[in-house]
Amino acid sequence: MTRVAAVAGEIALRDVTVAYDRHPAVHHVSGRFAPGSLTAILGPNGAGKSTLLKAIVGQLPVSAGSIERGPLRQRDIAFLPQQSSLDRSFPISVLELVLLGHWQRAGAFGRIGKQGVEAARAALSAVGLEGFEQRPLGTLSIGQAQRALFARVLVQDARVILLDEPFNALDARTIADLLALLRRWHAEKRTVIAVLHDFEMVRQHFPDAVYLARRLIAWGKIDDVLTPENQLAARQMAESWDEDAALCLPHEHPSSDHGHHHHGHDHDHTHAA
Amino acid sequence: MTAVADFLFGPFAEFAFMRRALVACCALALGSAPIGVVLMLRRMSLFGEAMSHAILPGAAVGFLIAGFSLPAISIGGVIAGLVVALLAGAATRATDQREDASFAAFYLIALALGVTLISTRGSAVDVMQILFGSVLAVDDPALLLLGAVASLTLLIFAIIYRPLLADGFDPEFLRSVQRGGGTLYHFIFLGLVVVNLVAAFQALGSLMAVGLMMLPALAARYWCRSLVSGMLVAVLIAMLSAYCGLLLSYHADLPSGPSVVLLGGAAYVLSLVFGRHGLVLLWHRGRHLEA
Repeated sequence: MTRVAAVAGEIALRDVTVAYDRHPAVHHVSGRFAPGSLTAILGPNGAGKSTLLKAIVGQLPVSAGSIERGPLRQRDIAFLPQQSSLDRSFPISVLELVLLGHWQRAGAFGRIGKQGVEAARAALSAVGLEGFEQRPLGTLSIGQAQRALFARVLVQDARVILLDEPFNALDARTIADLLALLRRWHAEKRTVIAVLHDFEMVRQHFPDAVYLARRLIAWGKIDDVLTPENQLAARQMAESWDEDAALCLPHEHPSSDHGHHHHGHDHDHTHAA
Repeated sequence: MTAVADFLFGPFAEFAFMRRALVACCALALGSAPIGVVLMLRRMSLFGEAMSHAILPGAAVGFLIAGFSLPAISIGGVIAGLVVALLAGAATRATDQREDASFAAFYLIALALGVTLISTRGSAVDVMQILFGSVLAVDDPALLLLGAVASLTLLIFAIIYRPLLADGFDPEFLRSVQRGGGTLYHFIFLGLVVVNLVAAFQALGSLMAVGLMMLPALAARYWCRSLVSGMLVAVLIAMLSAYCGLLLSYHADLPSGPSVVLLGGAAYVLSLVFGRHGLVLLWHRGRHLEA
């Protein structure tokens, strides 16, 4: 892969390593998310999927390499983290939760206005929560809460949407409804990246996939990624945290993403088509 | 009838110091009670307690330099409180420890330092006054200070309301849409807590300073679902506790600060038992609905 400037709207990873306490959680990963692509990030627990998303949003610093977002700014990226991060007992109504989606335009002090409220109501009905506007968040089921969070993403109206395990603990009907939203975003040419575990669902709905096991196992068309060999390679990922791990020296992996001993795979499919 | 009116309003009609005490407590209630509500929402209910001890060494230094002077003690207290808040916050962020752990360490150091400082020079009377306050000795400058603190608190609170609550509700979301997330607002809020505690310190003393901040807020939680109504009810409960507490202290000849806080405690216990989300309704909820 040669170093080309990021095309407008794409997100390019160049030899990205993200480390906690110097131990890499994402190790020398390169590739690009094309504008308008719909990509699943797959991999076992501890493979660095959430870490990679957080690095793309800019919440975690990269230890080596770079993430190029081109002209995309923070307001162009919507990020839905795993469910645990929000306080569901907080005395806030469903409508207020969804109105938070205007933050990137209204900010901490700006006016939201009638149109903004209308957009939030429309988003609520798009996720099947009409009539829930004034309900306290604490009275919602897990599935309804996740629908409300999707409504917030809708209101954010971002060009890039990152979802971290968005379908955990949801029933089939909720998943089907939310998947329909994902397809709608894809049709609207937004870039959608989702961390997922259900291979069958990914095979049916996601054109592209990234397979991570701390290092990159494969990146490309879903059928090229979800092969038995790749799954075997992912399973062999050591989840260990070696306190005495040796330094990962720069000469082992020159700035191109070839040559590192971890990268035993064909790098042609690091290009998402 | 006049006997009742005399009982309820006589002390305030007759004595200027009672009126001052009441106004002082109402000013405190206006600023402190909404802050208490937010502290509770952010799971920092014990933080106020820690901070009220943390301001002690600063107040002690002010006391040692200038005697029992309001400006010296207040400025010292604010400085000490902010230093402890910043040190604990910095220690938390720099070493990846939990915030409550850092605060526990720093407030204990501050408390020991404060008591040591006072005991080197002060008499038992001074110590009592600092520990228990003197709401009946509130003079004009003190009243002005309390009024200014309440006004400033409400103003700043109104300005940072949205980001402060968004940060408490979903910090990760705020970090994803705004560079730096809610850290700035968090520290502004901590500053407000310190300033309000110093104001309360004058009237209620260091041991009781948190009383009017937390008890009404905790009581209001049993009556209100929404945040705004919770804050209003907390302010009302705080003012009512102040009024009844002062009456109690006058008629029963009890120290005023503890009486006010005790009445706040009574409001909490009543809410716990009889509130809309309280114990009585929990036990006698009636038959469930159809849907």
